[in-house]
Amino acid sequence: MIVNSLLILGGMGLVFGVALAVAAKLLAVEHDPKVDMILGVLPGANCGACGYPGCNGLAKAISEEKAPCGSCLVGGSSVAAKIAEIMGVALEAGDGPKFSRLMCAGGKGIAKDIAEYKGIDTCAAANAVSGGFKACSYGCLGIGSCVRECPFDAMYMGEDGLPKIDDSKCTGCGKCVSVCPRKLLALRSAEEPVNVVCCSKAPIPKSKQDCSAVCIGCQICVKNCPTSAISMNGTVAVIDNSKCTKCGICVQKCPVKCIHNLFGPDSDLRVEA
Amino acid sequence: MKELFIILLSTILVNNYMLARIMGTCPFIGVSNQFDTAMGMAAAVIFVMSLAAAVTWMVQYYLLVPLGLGFLQTVSFILVIAALVQLIEMIILKMSPTLYRALGIYLPLITTNCAVLGVAVINVREGYNFIQAVISGTGGGIGFSLVLIAMAALREKLNTAPIAKSFQGFPLALIITAQMAMAFLGFSGFNLEKLFGL
Repeated sequence: MIVNSLLILGGMGLVFGVALAVAAKLLAVEHDPKVDMILGVLPGANCGACGYPGCNGLAKAISEEKAPCGSCLVGGSSVAAKIAEIMGVALEAGDGPKFSRLMCAGGKGIAKDIAEYKGIDTCAAANAVSGGFKACSYGCLGIGSCVRECPFDAMYMGEDGLPKIDDSKCTGCGKCVSVCPRKLLALRSAEEPVNVVCCSKAPIPKSKQDCSAVCIGCQICVKNCPTSAISMNGTVAVIDNSKCTKCGICVQKCPVKCIHNLFGPDSDLRVEA
Repeated sequence: MKELFIILLSTILVNNYMLARIMGTCPFIGVSNQFDTAMGMAAAVIFVMSLAAAVTWMVQYYLLVPLGLGFLQTVSFILVIAALVQLIEMIILKMSPTLYRALGIYLPLITTNCAVLGVAVINVREGYNFIQAVISGTGGGIGFSLVLIAMAALREKLNTAPIAKSFQGFPLALIITAQMAMAFLGFSGFNLEKLFGL
């Protein structure tokens, strides 16, 4: 009985093992050797912070050029450089690890409320009620759906009614970005720190009555930028990060203080570490 | 024919593996967050359950019973299912990368789905023949999928509902599962034989 059961179970294990080994050889699917090389460089923690199912998924996406070389947040710039070498491309600005940033400076006392909202406790719901309770229908509602969405506990509501991000916890997963109904959150790396933190699409001239930090389209920043990295995109100024030298002239010149160095110490949108 | 139909219907509704036998709770709670992933998992479960039912039946009646090794049932079934899933994964990857991508991570996950093992063991306990075993496996898969997809649809709705913090996520999912199980209990009142005039 013992011999029989040993033979059967051991035999089954052996047969399956051999069959699987043979099948693996026979059914081997040719794939890009870059995937294995990238996989060798990645940390192999399978943490999923990049948004792909494990390191294998990210390696595949990078090899197919669906993800940038610097997508691995854990590996940081050293891993990004090695991957860029494997892929045979130069690292681009903004390829480094990204952090969530709020593109609105209209907190309490800066942006005006026109109504009081008492309803379902999500930004999407508040936004759906006749364009929100704020005078500016593009600014942060401050209800904090992003804070609740954050899986890493990296966000909290500041006293000014705007979400703050803890960079030591933020992995740049982008969940908060997708949950914001007004699309005010963006992922930024330390190489692209200077940003126009206003998304108002209201026509120029805009009223400073509604929000004192609204981009009024004065174009002072456009005229003063030494590398002409700033241009007008419709109703707000935008900064071309490939040209930006982070000199900070626009941050000082902006009359409404809606250009911030989001990684510098001066911005009140700066993120506490 | 009618008998097969009754087996199919009873495994889908009356003896639903998830709600009546409480098997496969982990993948059920785990992948019912989103409708799309639930659909992928559902397809993979139906596929693997039918195949596993067929192969384990053969192992039982051509290997274990003739040698009088019935007590090795559980351990050999686990071995068979694990090997089978691995092999299927390789074949699908080779034959149809599209299907492989659609099933994705859910195929290997099923290796550890106890409902699959449950189907195999219950088939033997009920003394089904080969065809009956395969039908029961398919029915089990369809039943699991039905509940999984219904649950995913419910949980997507819950995402926008105002829920007390302590109930968000798994606690509420478990409560809903219990309520669904109670609702499905109603099916056990069906007298399937009478219903189809047997």
